[in-house]
Amino acid sequence: MIRKCKYLVWILFMPLLGLAQDDLFDQLPSLDSSLNAPVSATFKSTRVVNGQSIETMKRQHLDFRISHRFGRVNSGAYQFFGLDQATMRMGFEYGITDRLMVGLGRSTLQKAYDSFLKYKLFQQATGLKPVPVSVTIFGSLSAYTADKEQVFQDRIAYTAQVLVARKFGEKLSLQLSPTWLFRNDPLTQGDEKLLLAVGVGGRYKLSKRVSVNAEYFYTAREKFTTTAPYYDALSIGVDIETGGHVFQLHFTNALGMIERQFVGETLGTWGKGDIHYGFNISRTFGLGKKTRLVRN
Amino acid sequence: MNKLKYTLHLVLVGLFISYSALGQVAAALYSTTSGNTQFSSDTPLENIQAENKRGQAVFNTKTRELAIRMNMKDFVFPNKLMQEHFNENYMESDQYPTASFRGKVNQAIDLGKEGISKVSATGTFTVHGQSQTRTLEGTIAVRRGTIIIDSSFEVQLEDHHIDVPKIVFMKIAQTIQVKAQYTLAPMNK
Repeated sequence: MIRKCKYLVWILFMPLLGLAQDDLFDQLPSLDSSLNAPVSATFKSTRVVNGQSIETMKRQHLDFRISHRFGRVNSGAYQFFGLDQATMRMGFEYGITDRLMVGLGRSTLQKAYDSFLKYKLFQQATGLKPVPVSVTIFGSLSAYTADKEQVFQDRIAYTAQVLVARKFGEKLSLQLSPTWLFRNDPLTQGDEKLLLAVGVGGRYKLSKRVSVNAEYFYTAREKFTTTAPYYDALSIGVDIETGGHVFQLHFTNALGMIERQFVGETLGTWGKGDIHYGFNISRTFGLGKKTRLVRN
Repeated sequence: MNKLKYTLHLVLVGLFISYSALGQVAAALYSTTSGNTQFSSDTPLENIQAENKRGQAVFNTKTRELAIRMNMKDFVFPNKLMQEHFNENYMESDQYPTASFRGKVNQAIDLGKEGISKVSATGTFTVHGQSQTRTLEGTIAVRRGTIIIDSSFEVQLEDHHIDVPKIVFMKIAQTIQVKAQYTLAPMNK
């Protein structure tokens, strides 16, 4: 009897124990349950190093990009370790919506023009409707104009990519970039028109504004043959972000800065020290005047 | 045996009183999960504003305790690049996901009467993982069974260890203006 009573007393006291927790927030649903947050800033820039990242320019933002690749560092003191030569690409890239962007560029290498469209299909998200990865599709058309005799059709190359990336926590982001590259007229006779490749890239944040980036494009073809003397591109660098600027400094065996060139026409190899120092400078301008909330 | 019965009675009576008190405490709680918080940073170069419509607040009318919290990532900017920089570079929202205020309203409020009164609340204000003891000024209005809390106050970036790099120093104000409006309804418990 007494035992039973004791149990009863404990059961009756239970709700009061709950009251003893003296925190008003306990009365509310968890904050996490209301949060449906997109995972932002998987990469600091629209490029991992050479290759596209899943990031797109935000709506009404213009990105002016200047990229340089210098000569090979193994070219010796006479060439000042490559710094005497510079290859350049200049580009204007613009966000039409927060998911869709367009870009136009001009490279000194092969006097190439390039244009592209990039669309973010899925944005990684946490919360009520979680999405595990971000997926962006990329399509570009480029034209070589260095050879004056070439007919227009032969100048053209197409690239399509499906970029899949995941931000693992605050610091680490990894990306897979299956790539389809079609050249109407490859530079060397023995090269196939169609080239399939897959890019693997990532970044690791060292601090709020600095990250280390690396990227490798594996091409599905025999490397360095007499008819197609090409290697796979491997690049390692750092991103430094300050407000509207992103500086990307890196070492890479690829000289070109557009997909056709760094995926398909990389002549250097790390093994022999055919490494180019290079940088991308990205300056973003917010063209929309909307920084204020609309007043009711 | 008699003694046991007596004790049991006492306990039951005591519990009954506690339970009625429990009912009262629950009825004295007002809350919301859709409070509005806005802030603006005004400089000659750039004016930046953002809004959070998912602020949570609980107010205990008996003890006058007030607790408010929100997710930093629920702040929406018209300019999405600014929103990204806000979370990524300034607030470090992955590390410090919330902002909160826990305190007590300093004046007594008559809930039976509709109307608006000037009040202040003193408590702990936490942003970017840094806590400050602050007294925030505002008003409390009683209208149609709800309690409307309004407040405008300033936040110094320095107080909360929010670093602004030199290159964007001119574009971001050192003092941020905050406006909050929370409409609290009685909690159904």
